[in-house]
Amino acid sequence: MTIDHGSFGVKGTGDTSGFGGLVRKSQSSDSTERPYGSYFDEMVDELERAYPEFSADIERVVVDRGELTLHVKADRLFQVAQVLRDNPVLRFEMCLGVNGVHYPADKDRELHCVYPFLSMTFNRRIRLEVSVPDSNPHLPSLVELWGGNNWHERETFDMFGIIFDGHPGLTRILMPDDWIGHPQRKDYPLGGIPVEYKGATVPPPSERRSYR
Amino acid sequence: MTTHDPYASSRETTEGRVYSVTGSDWDSLVTEIGATKEERVVVNMGPQHPSTHGVLRLILELEGETVTEARAGIGYLHTGIEKNAEYRTWTQGTTFVTRMDYLSPIFNETVFCLGVEKLLGVTDQIPERASEIRVMMMEFNRISSHMVALGTGALELGALTPMLFAFREREKVLDIFEMISGLRMNMAYVRPGGVSQDLPDGALTKIRETVKELRQNFKDNAKLLIGNTIWMKRTQGVGYLDLAGCITLGITGPILRATGLPWDLRKSEPYCGYENYEFDVITNDGCDTYGRFLIKMQELEQSLRIIEQCVIRLEKSAGAPVVIDDKKIGSPADLTVGPDGMGNSEEHIAHIMGQSMEALIHHFKISTEGFRVPAGQVYSAIESPKGEVGVHLVSDGGTHPYRLHFREPSFNNLQSLSAMCEGSMIADVVAAVASIDPVMGGVDR
Repeated sequence: MTIDHGSFGVKGTGDTSGFGGLVRKSQSSDSTERPYGSYFDEMVDELERAYPEFSADIERVVVDRGELTLHVKADRLFQVAQVLRDNPVLRFEMCLGVNGVHYPADKDRELHCVYPFLSMTFNRRIRLEVSVPDSNPHLPSLVELWGGNNWHERETFDMFGIIFDGHPGLTRILMPDDWIGHPQRKDYPLGGIPVEYKGATVPPPSERRSYR
Repeated sequence: MTTHDPYASSRETTEGRVYSVTGSDWDSLVTEIGATKEERVVVNMGPQHPSTHGVLRLILELEGETVTEARAGIGYLHTGIEKNAEYRTWTQGTTFVTRMDYLSPIFNETVFCLGVEKLLGVTDQIPERASEIRVMMMEFNRISSHMVALGTGALELGALTPMLFAFREREKVLDIFEMISGLRMNMAYVRPGGVSQDLPDGALTKIRETVKELRQNFKDNAKLLIGNTIWMKRTQGVGYLDLAGCITLGITGPILRATGLPWDLRKSEPYCGYENYEFDVITNDGCDTYGRFLIKMQELEQSLRIIEQCVIRLEKSAGAPVVIDDKKIGSPADLTVGPDGMGNSEEHIAHIMGQSMEALIHHFKISTEGFRVPAGQVYSAIESPKGEVGVHLVSDGGTHPYRLHFREPSFNNLQSLSAMCEGSMIADVVAAVASIDPVMGGVDR
């Protein structure tokens, strides 16, 4: 957990605006305490009934900003997703794809994958999050459960280098086939060159002054 | 056998003899293929092809005129918008996302802004007038997007006039966009906290006139195409995809509604106050290109209905704020459309340059640094003309998005191409692609 000081990221210098006094905690890494609110309690209860290994395989249950996220062990993702889809009281018929996020500072859990699900029957949403180490980025593919995840997983592989085991054809999709590197990782540079305009030089976006 | 042909080299593979066709060599090719037993040809359609909606590449395996396998090759318009946005402030993000699906910019902006507002926890503080303007702009945008889909779709099937009518109507909608935001496309008009500026004087009168004209003009295309024998022969039963196929492939929007399921996020998860508007969710049970076409035609009228209700509401809320009251989020600039496009109002310039140093500092700070967004992640989704457009936003507490990802309906829906086309005639591929209505800017991002 990190703590940020200051509204505009001022460090130690004379901030006369008064905003430097603000302290804001960033995202906590603990589970949310019950009750979760909304339909989340009922839904988690149902999942616990339908999936007996819940306490072992679900690492965290996070309710934040009116959304429920279950952090699942990477190797159990397929089983949890299948219960979500097939259980008659859960019925998450639709998977809205995959999105990767790279947290280089999260030791041995550098690469995260986020799966939003939608239940049309009950008009509910849920999100699964899994994390894999950069050194062994393997996840089970969900293409067998939702054919529509095919391209989403290819995109996540293309952008982050996460390998989805069991995918029918895991190739690059947006970048050229012979591309080296995975562009959405944080250690991959944005690129760009300085541009001269009327005698002044504008640096590329990643080298401009940035406000943290 | 023929001698070596510079235009059609051939080589032996484990799959059999493969020919690479490069130019005017059809005579020798036909002779050579005729000599072999198998009549399997792999054809590349695109990425530069007038009927593939931009730089979409279709790889078709043909037996005669029948498509046995169809695959889409994408990525030719990948511009790294998501990566770029990580180096820009949250407000600047709207100028990037608006360029994804460039035919429905307002939807991209709105879903992004709803996501940012959810992260900030200010969803309840968005002024009602801002939501009303957003809804009106979105419905106008739905019309212009459907117009391109219908017009180019008809054009690709050989009907030229519907395209001319459709673009005539789209022009009228773009005029409205220009009047309100100063720009016809890629407006960056919806901003976190509200919209960039209020409606100009006389806008509602112009909008009322335009709605009237559009309603009249839509009849032209309806008369031309609905029930037209040629049109129906080209579209009915073509590009078939039923409900089960849609669900497993994650298809939303008109393709899903053409299977008879009335699924529309405007009804099921209302945002921007859609629960206060009266409109119908259009469905059809054809599961085919004709059904999708009919849905788009009828959704035009529903959009006009919503716009009319917006106009009444906007009349009542005249003078109300259009941007959040929180000065740490909303832009102070008080933008207006001048003779040279959108910019700061003269009063604001006079204020910051001549009267208040603090106002100048504030303007500078919020323009260059932006605002900080508490750490966390959200997923927000709205109903775009093509289906569910969702945005997954991750913030680390900074002034830039830590990760921004769009769940683009075009990207997802284009996967259904194989299911729709395999086993059909090659000419029907064009109809199926047109009914998916993919915009490559959104597919590739």
